[in-house]
Amino acid sequence: MKPPLPIVVEDLTVAYREEPVLWDIDVTFIEGSLTAIVGPNGAGKSTLLKAILGLLTPAAGSVTIFGKGFKEQRQLVAYVPQRGSVDWDFPTNALDVVMMGRYGHLGWFRRAGHSVQKLAMEALEKVGMVDYAHRQISQLSGGQQQRVFLARALVQDAQIYLMDEPFQGVDVTTEKAIIEVLHTLRSRGKTVVCVHHDLETVPEYFDQVLLLNVRAIASGPVADVFTTENLGKTYGARKGVNLAAFAPRSNGAKN
Amino acid sequence: MDIIEFITSIFTSYTLRNVAMGAAIMGGVSGALGAFAMLRKQSLMGDAMSHAALPGIAIIFILTQLKTAAALFLGAFVSAWLGALLVMVVVRYTRIKADSGLGLVLAVFFGLGLALLSWIQRSMGANQAGLDKYLFGRAATLVQDDVITIAIFGAVAIILVVIFWKEFKLICFDVDFAATLGFPVRFLDVLLTSLIVLAIVLGLQMVGVVLMAAMVVAPAAAARQWTDNLAKMVILSALFGALSGSLGAIISATARGLSTGPIIVLTASAFAVFSLLFAPNRGLVWDWLRRRRNNRRLAAVRVLEVLHDLSQNHTNPQHPHPTATLQATLPSYAVPVTLKRLESEGLVKQPTAGQWTITQSGIRRTYQLFNDEQTSSSPNQSQEVRA
Repeated sequence: MKPPLPIVVEDLTVAYREEPVLWDIDVTFIEGSLTAIVGPNGAGKSTLLKAILGLLTPAAGSVTIFGKGFKEQRQLVAYVPQRGSVDWDFPTNALDVVMMGRYGHLGWFRRAGHSVQKLAMEALEKVGMVDYAHRQISQLSGGQQQRVFLARALVQDAQIYLMDEPFQGVDVTTEKAIIEVLHTLRSRGKTVVCVHHDLETVPEYFDQVLLLNVRAIASGPVADVFTTENLGKTYGARKGVNLAAFAPRSNGAKN
Repeated sequence: MDIIEFITSIFTSYTLRNVAMGAAIMGGVSGALGAFAMLRKQSLMGDAMSHAALPGIAIIFILTQLKTAAALFLGAFVSAWLGALLVMVVVRYTRIKADSGLGLVLAVFFGLGLALLSWIQRSMGANQAGLDKYLFGRAATLVQDDVITIAIFGAVAIILVVIFWKEFKLICFDVDFAATLGFPVRFLDVLLTSLIVLAIVLGLQMVGVVLMAAMVVAPAAAARQWTDNLAKMVILSALFGALSGSLGAIISATARGLSTGPIIVLTASAFAVFSLLFAPNRGLVWDWLRRRRNNRRLAAVRVLEVLHDLSQNHTNPQHPHPTATLQATLPSYAVPVTLKRLESEGLVKQPTAGQWTITQSGIRRTYQLFNDEQTSSSPNQSQEVRA
């Protein structure tokens, strides 16, 4: 029997106010891969991540993590929410935010001690943020905040990393740092799934892609799936014309 | 009453001691919980909750004919809690947004409470009218048993905050993330909200439903100004609340006709206003001073630059230019004042009145400032990504 896949999504339908946001999604994410979820605004990209994480109840369908439900496997899954989803004026520093990544392992009532702090510092080191550990989080740039969130996911020490637009509005330094972390994770056999906005960088950063627009339009290796035709289907014909300009070039970037 | 007599009366007067103690505990608890309410953007929720407590007080009285603090306290808690719950339900299941939902619940519950109070007054006799103290608070009615009740419930609230510290911090900062870690966020949300309700209800007898929200908002707003650390913020907020409570009680005892509740609220507001203005880093005054200093420096740089440019247009670099030329080039800066300031530093001079030219040291300064700007506009990129 084959070992179970990291994430299997079957027949997943999610609806807000009777309007389907995701419609009958079947997709699998494979081990040791970097997958981009790509699609227009309102395509349900973040919703798909949230459904995998059990943050919302699907109208139908199921999600399994290594063959079991999310609740049994949650310690295998780390989450990087959109940076804008929290109030960065919260009274705390970068180190403390990263330490929150271990709260799930600590369980109830136990305080985060020295060992957790050490793990958090190591994670900050990996994203190049050690010098900012004690900086108030509102005084960090957007990119630095994003790296703090990434470090918080790293201390979770998971098998699967789900990230909601980690490259959104970040500086070059941060972009490099994130890519490096992602590559390290892949080489260690982790499964990384990112909601991604910038079509141009998909072939450069990722090896797998899921094209999503309420339905799953196509998924698989970037070289096979990230075509002008599929992008046209995902974004609608009009935008497809514009996309044609760079889609072949991005396929060529593999060589 | 002279000062000495007054100070001894604080420690000897039964009423004043009760009121000051009760108000201090009440202020401390509402301050601590208010910090969480503020971080969860639930400060306005406090207002809705305190108003929503009124019908509960009236209904308990109608049902039991009891005016004991504990019974009314229970009614207030349940009613305020239902109000809070109703806001959450309305926001979740209808298209009504949070602010409208709060307004709606506040108005409906408070209206119902007022209607019930006037009905009680008319049909159950004038001697029962003591309930109106819950509108604006009447601290002088506090007896020792009330203080003990407040202290016990207050202690329970604070102990629960300490026990669930890590969990409360997590749901305040990033509730979705807390959920993915497996924490029952709905339960924690209800627990924290209940504690906020409890803190509010504790103060109703002293401060009243109309003003109680201020005891949740003001100490927290003040505390946030002074620290960037959650633990320090909560402690400071509790401290501001307790100080407002006891100071307010003492101040109101100094003169006839000063009712305690409003004075406590005003004291808390004074802490908040002072902190908003003068706290280091976040204080508006320092912010304003920083901005003014920056503006002045910027104006100086621009004026020097323009004068330097002008001097290069002429074979005689000392050729003077009128103030109007500079002002026309830099319409958004206070050019005359800036020129006076630069003149006193010897960076510009006016060979004839109102005609300006740049001096040698002015030219040196211009280059220096220009270089500074170049380096400061590219913030330190020394932090390289590590392998």
